[in-house]
Amino acid sequence: MTEFFIIAESASQSGIPLGITSGGSWLLRNAWIIPLLPALSFLGILFFGKRMPKKGAELGITAVGAAFVLAVLTGIAWFDHRDNYHGEEAHLAVVASEHHAEEGHSDHEKEHDEHSDYDHGHGHSSLAVSNTVTWFQTNGVDLSVGVLVDGLSVMMLFVVTLISLLVHIYSTDYVGGDRRYTHYFAFLSLFSASMLTLVISENTLQLLVAWELVGVCSFALIGHWWEEKPNSDAALKAFLTNRVGDMGLLVGVTILFFSVGSVLPDTFGSFSIAVTNTVANNGLLSHTALLVAAACLMAAVMSKSGQFFLHTWLPDAMAGPTPVSALIHAATMVVAGVFMIARLYGVFFEGLSIGGSSINLMALVGGITTLVGASLAFVQRDIKKVLAYSTISQLGYMVLALGVGAWTAAVFHLFTHAFFKACLFLGSGSVAHAVHSFDMKSDMGGMRKAMPHTYRTFIIGSIALAGLPPLAGFWSKDEILAGTGGWGLFGGTGGNGAYTLMLVMGMITAALTAAYMTRCVYLTFFGEFRGHGDLHESGPRIVVPLWILAGFAVIAGLFNLPKGFQLVPDSFQERFGHYVEPVAGYFPTIAHATPSWSLAIVSTLIVLGGVTAAWWYYFVKVEAASKAAGKSLTELPNGPTTVYPLAKLIHNLLDKKYYLDHLYTGIIAGGTKGPLARVAYRFNQQVIDGTVDRVGETAVKSGQFVYDKIDQLVVDGAVNTSGRLSSEAGGELRKVQSGKVQSYAAILFAAATVLAGILIVIV
Amino acid sequence: MYLNQFLLLSAVLFAIGVYGVLARRNGVLVLMSIELILNAVNINLVAFAAFRESIPGEVFALFVIAVAAAEVGVGLAMILLLYRNRRNIDLTEIDLMKG
Amino acid sequence: MNVFAEMTGLDPLTSGEVVVAQNIAFGLIAIIMIFSALRMVTTRNVVHAALYLVIVLAGAAAIFILLGAEFVGVTQVLVYIGAIVVLFLFGIMLTRGAFGGINLEEKAEQRKMSILVAGLLAVVTGGALINTFSDAEIARSSPSTTATVGDSIFSQFIIPFEAVSVLLLAALIGAIVVARKD
Repeated sequence: MTEFFIIAESASQSGIPLGITSGGSWLLRNAWIIPLLPALSFLGILFFGKRMPKKGAELGITAVGAAFVLAVLTGIAWFDHRDNYHGEEAHLAVVASEHHAEEGHSDHEKEHDEHSDYDHGHGHSSLAVSNTVTWFQTNGVDLSVGVLVDGLSVMMLFVVTLISLLVHIYSTDYVGGDRRYTHYFAFLSLFSASMLTLVISENTLQLLVAWELVGVCSFALIGHWWEEKPNSDAALKAFLTNRVGDMGLLVGVTILFFSVGSVLPDTFGSFSIAVTNTVANNGLLSHTALLVAAACLMAAVMSKSGQFFLHTWLPDAMAGPTPVSALIHAATMVVAGVFMIARLYGVFFEGLSIGGSSINLMALVGGITTLVGASLAFVQRDIKKVLAYSTISQLGYMVLALGVGAWTAAVFHLFTHAFFKACLFLGSGSVAHAVHSFDMKSDMGGMRKAMPHTYRTFIIGSIALAGLPPLAGFWSKDEILAGTGGWGLFGGTGGNGAYTLMLVMGMITAALTAAYMTRCVYLTFFGEFRGHGDLHESGPRIVVPLWILAGFAVIAGLFNLPKGFQLVPDSFQERFGHYVEPVAGYFPTIAHATPSWSLAIVSTLIVLGGVTAAWWYYFVKVEAASKAAGKSLTELPNGPTTVYPLAKLIHNLLDKKYYLDHLYTGIIAGGTKGPLARVAYRFNQQVIDGTVDRVGETAVKSGQFVYDKIDQLVVDGAVNTSGRLSSEAGGELRKVQSGKVQSYAAILFAAATVLAGILIVIV
Repeated sequence: MYLNQFLLLSAVLFAIGVYGVLARRNGVLVLMSIELILNAVNINLVAFAAFRESIPGEVFALFVIAVAAAEVGVGLAMILLLYRNRRNIDLTEIDLMKG
Repeated sequence: MNVFAEMTGLDPLTSGEVVVAQNIAFGLIAIIMIFSALRMVTTRNVVHAALYLVIVLAGAAAIFILLGAEFVGVTQVLVYIGAIVVLFLFGIMLTRGAFGGINLEEKAEQRKMSILVAGLLAVVTGGALINTFSDAEIARSSPSTTATVGDSIFSQFIIPFEAVSVLLLAALIGAIVVARKD
């Protein structure tokens, strides 16, 4: 960054405080080592993996394990830094007009006052640690690479390394003996390295690079068994859909680069996240630019984090190995979009006016996504697809939370979701490993006796997902619901505005989530076994990670008990929020909702209602029908879809995934590529081929002409004539050699005379 | 006396001698024509010697006579040999070197 | 002639009478020579050709005397007419064919070509001579003597003289070798 100078915290500030510092503990400043370890292991596995005794897996596990240890230590260092650091804060000099800056300041002053009642009082500011090196400078722009470590990145480091480590260990059993075992681990390492780079990126350029890299790893890992066409198709679909969103990312980043540059002296752009956020927070950027940038970035979030309508790749991505689904498409990569919003929250907060309205693009998208995901999860036969749609739905929750201004709630939900969703996915993998299929309706059922550990961890994960207290999902979901601010009527106050619609969406989704998870549990673990083969529990390398994740699913909620939760002392409340949510110049001032008991009770009742409804349908009626029919049924033979035409219609709609795939592949892609292909084909045949043909014909004809006229007549003629001439001349000249002396003499004399004549005349 | 008259005479005799060399079929007659040529040359030489009042022209003419004698001797010997081998000395019949 | 010289006071050798006489003599000799030469190259009889040659050679000797080269003229008669022509006659005798003394007619083609070449030669040389020596006159003060010729041969031209004698020797030996019967 050019033109930022460090002055002491207490001195009078002649620049805008950025909320970052370049001091801090060694671990925080050198957090780039954490992604470096998996990156090195990627290279090591690529080059040496095949020769190692465990085919490279040991290298991957060691690297990720070491990264995990470092992440934990960095986390501890951060706790200390957050509370006790009193170093120098960096400030930013801007060339914005005073008038503009004042306006911004005054607005924020006002807001701050209004919401002071709801202030969290998180103590003194948390200075993120920023450590950069200049990569190259050009024309006044400094491009640098570096780390920006704050609570959010430390939390993400922990989550990514932990789940990556557990997935590595799980994979040694799940994909053991696979044809591309080494490559699999190489890509797992590369993915871990990219995701870790993403979470500690200091600027949007680095973020973009890491974003693309995780997309590539996703593509490679989804298509791990690319010999089967559906798998390679799914990988392509994932990559191309992400590409559509990445256009938005690129445009958004560029817009921000230039907008920020317009207020900075001496440079025409800056990629720095801290600078961008700070400048946005202080109202120095034009609202339109921020709105457009936020909208473009939303497109990227929609594709990467599976929001409606770019979510279609996520269910198909289940074609990859299950540990990959757990790591990438549940816990880490898909949350990259959410992470990006959380990182650039200043931009979104200002751009989409989150603090002051009742509906905005982000909240709407998030809300719709939760409903769409939850509704589609009902009609799936494949257990992984249920979980995929569930992931879409939960990501919708996170985006919705960010859209209503509940930042901490969203990030906390990200945290808890990573654990229980990974637990559920790995559990489904364990089940599939036993029956060699993912189809619940035809190959599973009644597996709880044969696979007790898997069953128990799956139940724990499901309860956490549904959001029943005291498991993790309850706390995070409840915080989101509170954050919508629509509960003002029943005690407790909203946060930034009253997003009543979002609250309703969230509640409905909670019920649906509970219901489809109950359905999933019934079809997999209850009833009679419909598959083939003998069942046995999976080995320890599968079961142990399951229990670890289940354990986290249980206790993770306790990290962020809401403020005002009377059952625990003050110092134990909102630990997560205290350490993760930034209080710094680069984070907008947001208001926090106070949760209420009434909300908690009502949401729990709704969840229980969903569970009950599903229970009644499956555990009671389907079970009875199964007993009556004498075989294991998966749905009622005369169920609602056969009786009510509306139900059948709805079922059809859900089955066809809202016809979105048809829209994308058939109409948009087909409608574009069809005519294009025809035009190109016609162009090829007539113009290109025509030209080539004509050239060929011309060549043939001209060759013919040249042959006939020129070669035969002229060239051959010349050659023949010269030959004939020579021979005739020879024939003629031969007559001179008559053998007669006198003719020789005659020639001699004649020549001498002529020469003499010439000599006389000339000389 | 003009020099030219002697030189022209010499030229004419020379031309006649050339005709004789080229046209005659009998070898001996060819040799005789050669003698005619040599004589023409001699007249030329001596005319110039008289014109310039210098002796070398005459001396040269003497040498020419001597050489002509030698040449006639050898030439006739060849003709004799030819006659002996072929029984005729028709020069137009001698074309073994025909090309 | 003296009277004329005295009367005109001109040099007798170059004054009118002598000149006239010389010119007449030259004219006569030239006509005879040319006529003989022409007959020589056209006659069918070889012996006649030889005799015509004799006339030409004699005419040449006369020219030499006219030009004041006495020794050359005498040598001409001695050597040419006396020896060479005799040699020719021997040669003619020895090579008389089975067909008698009748000689072959020249081929018409050959004759034409020869006339052409000879004519060309005559024209060229004649033209050149007329161009170059149009007004040159021969005015010899006195004929050359044998003594001067002899002196010249044996002093200035001693080497060519020796060479010629060797040449004659070679020709002699050569003729014998070529013509001997073995």
